[in-house]
Amino acid sequence: MFIQQLVNGLTIGSTYALVAIGFTLIFGVLELINFAHGSFYMVGAYFTLMLMLAMGGNFVLAFIISLALTGALGAMMDHFALRRIRERRATKDAALISTIGIATVIDHSVLEFFGSETKSFPAVLNLGKITVGNTIISYMQILIFAVAVILMGLLTFILYKTRIGKAMRAVSQNMDAAKLMGINVNFVISFTFLVASVLAAIAGTMVGMYYQAIEVTMGFAIGMKSFAAAVLGGISVLPGAMLGGLIIGVVEALGASISSGYRDAIAFAVLIIVLVFKPSGLLGKKHNNKV
Amino acid sequence: MNRILACLARNQLLISLTVLALALLFPLVFPSQYSIRMATLCGMYIVLALSLNLITGYTGQVSLGHAAFFGIGAYTAAILATRFGLNFLFTFIAAAIVAGLAAFLLGLPTLKLKGHYLAMVTLGFCEIVRLVEMNWMGLTRGPLGILNIPPPSLWGFTIDAPIEYYYFIVALVVLTIKLVQNIVDSRVGKGLIAISEDEIAAEAMGINILRYKVMVFVISAALAGFAGAFYAQYMSYIDPTSFGTDQSISIFIMIIFGGLASIPGTIIGVIVLTLLPEVLRGLMDFRLIIYGLILIAMMLVKPEGLLGNINFTRIKKAADGKKAGELK
Amino acid sequence: MKPLLGIERVTQRFGGLVAVSNVSFQIFENEIIGVIGPNGAGKTTLFNIITGIYKPTEGKVMYDEGNIAGFRPHEITQSGLARTFQNIRLFQNMTVLENVLVGMHTRTKANLFDAVFRTGRLKKEQLEATQKAEYYLRLVDLYEHRHSAAKNLPYGSQRKLEIARAMASEPRLLLLDEPAAGMNEQETAELMEFIGKLKALGYTILLIEHDMKLVMNICERIIVFDHGCLIAQGEPEVIKKEPKVIEAYLGKEA
Repeated sequence: MFIQQLVNGLTIGSTYALVAIGFTLIFGVLELINFAHGSFYMVGAYFTLMLMLAMGGNFVLAFIISLALTGALGAMMDHFALRRIRERRATKDAALISTIGIATVIDHSVLEFFGSETKSFPAVLNLGKITVGNTIISYMQILIFAVAVILMGLLTFILYKTRIGKAMRAVSQNMDAAKLMGINVNFVISFTFLVASVLAAIAGTMVGMYYQAIEVTMGFAIGMKSFAAAVLGGISVLPGAMLGGLIIGVVEALGASISSGYRDAIAFAVLIIVLVFKPSGLLGKKHNNKV
Repeated sequence: MNRILACLARNQLLISLTVLALALLFPLVFPSQYSIRMATLCGMYIVLALSLNLITGYTGQVSLGHAAFFGIGAYTAAILATRFGLNFLFTFIAAAIVAGLAAFLLGLPTLKLKGHYLAMVTLGFCEIVRLVEMNWMGLTRGPLGILNIPPPSLWGFTIDAPIEYYYFIVALVVLTIKLVQNIVDSRVGKGLIAISEDEIAAEAMGINILRYKVMVFVISAALAGFAGAFYAQYMSYIDPTSFGTDQSISIFIMIIFGGLASIPGTIIGVIVLTLLPEVLRGLMDFRLIIYGLILIAMMLVKPEGLLGNINFTRIKKAADGKKAGELK
Repeated sequence: MKPLLGIERVTQRFGGLVAVSNVSFQIFENEIIGVIGPNGAGKTTLFNIITGIYKPTEGKVMYDEGNIAGFRPHEITQSGLARTFQNIRLFQNMTVLENVLVGMHTRTKANLFDAVFRTGRLKKEQLEATQKAEYYLRLVDLYEHRHSAAKNLPYGSQRKLEIARAMASEPRLLLLDEPAAGMNEQETAELMEFIGKLKALGYTILLIEHDMKLVMNICERIIVFDHGCLIAQGEPEVIKKEPKVIEAYLGKEA
């Protein structure tokens, strides 16, 4: 039973981690809490499903187009709704409100076009399952976990080995200095939004396949939980977001077997307790005040 | 523009009294149930937004969990009124105390956290409180909510007509404005603003930062608790859906939209954002899409909010100073 | 004579980095002491230790005969030390007058109750505090600008306002972190005159400064830092000739 919950927790936790990484990337470059991030997760799943239904069940093509659309939407969000606020050097609160506005627009547009009812997600990959002892592990779970791990590896490679990745890290260290070094800061930020949105769309689609259902409200809850995961791990630290996501997934799955009503509270309770004792998160660096 | 502002600043008292008179006359001019109800809810949100402004606007600590204290106050009042039949003097004060106590217990260990960490903690706290309200059936009746909460009554006089509630909330709003204004204008308020500007410098000036943050967080929560008690007894029914994170976020939007650390800004922000969905009602389901677009547009055009960066007290002092200089 | 401030074998480590290493010195009432040294020598770290921003890894900070090492910054200000910052840290959106009023925080008493009920005590205190703040602003020639936002002042005036704000906490010891940085020659000359005036008013002053002319002219004693260590201290004439100091500034070859 315990092992079973652990497996379930790791599966869902790895999707939290993917979303949390997006949070962390955006937070890293802009110090902005992106309240629309959960909406991209939801809209990514919707795009995949709707395109697949429209194209007669071609999952792979639908998935690819969905990622492209969600990524483009993310980059557009930065370009149209955030760039100007940033250039005016306004407070972070203004940008945060703008992301809430974007979330509202996306969520209600989806409601408007696709309706509020839960949509069933056809089982596109019927992979079967294996049984180890009395623990059941589906190949879908393994696939989700593997995809998450591969994406994390890929992202680490991009950040540390490619030109654009280095530019992203430079911008997150010091935006003004990066600008002076000739980095096209606005492009880098939009690219970051694109990457984060694509990751969210992948996670959303996988969760849709896993539960075989998607709904409009799925974004808000995961948005908050992955925000919690990012903060738990130490916001703006990439491995921290991964660790935070996995921990929250596992703790939630274990807690749910004790009390299902409080399932959604567990992530936050853990988070508050951790922050009280380690104010910069699990892997966050404690930095001395610069005076 | 500056001259208009200076003129407004010089006639602050006159303008305040005019606004108050208009508020008092409002139900006589618009006597429909609907308009009085909207105005009453506006008043309640003004109390909530002003109280959030104390911690987030003046002290610079982003709290995304204000609805938790609103809910704690509402449940405290509802439970005391329905089970123990206590009168409203007692339920209101108890609501403020319980909400303040919750803020104290949450704030003491967490208010040392920096910006986004605090935002996350308060958001999480709000979600936890909502789930407790949802699951602790014995105390809150969970999703069924608490029904038949009696209206406030004291010494044989009961507030039950909509117009009576309206005047009651106007009185609460006036008291809240006075309270916030007095705190902000004092030595304590300067300490709070100093914290929002630069914590290191504020500490170097001898301000005990954590103590001040906890203190203002408690006051802010107690006021929200007060508003919660009002809400419970006004609606006569409450359930956990009114106190979720979405509610916290709407209150937060109101103070940013109006302009942080501005009392008139907050009032205007609340009124605009409360009435906006009503005005857009004709658009049916599209209204929330439009609402979102308006938020984005507002932040693009005026990121500091409607009356952000405008401090009438300072404008008045500067204008008076200039005048004194001219006389010399 | 007993020292006002006694630094006793203070060491500050950040992880593996030793920012200040086994430093001891004393300051006596009404002295003007200059701290000099190359960038990164540990001068500002020393200020941060004295004012409570860092707790020293080892050693004592004796002020007025009590050890204040590890006290919180607000407690240290309360006990009579005040500072300015290398990168000006004014409350930018507050007015000039309000900045000084915040500086008086430890010397005023109105509490939340007074504030909410606007008691007579609060009003009396506010009036007195404003008058006192205006006195400090006159000292630094900023009275005329008292209602402007601090951020609208020119750079040199911002430095002066920071000093006025620090004076408002009625300290015995003033710590000035590069007060002349960014000032032109005339402003620096005025500042030197002003610091002389502060001494006449009875303040004890510890200042970090790169402007050698200023340091050599007004400081009675100079403390030299290099790589976290105190390498020399003494009167300006002595310091000028000290080989270790010349070496630290010009490198070995010179």
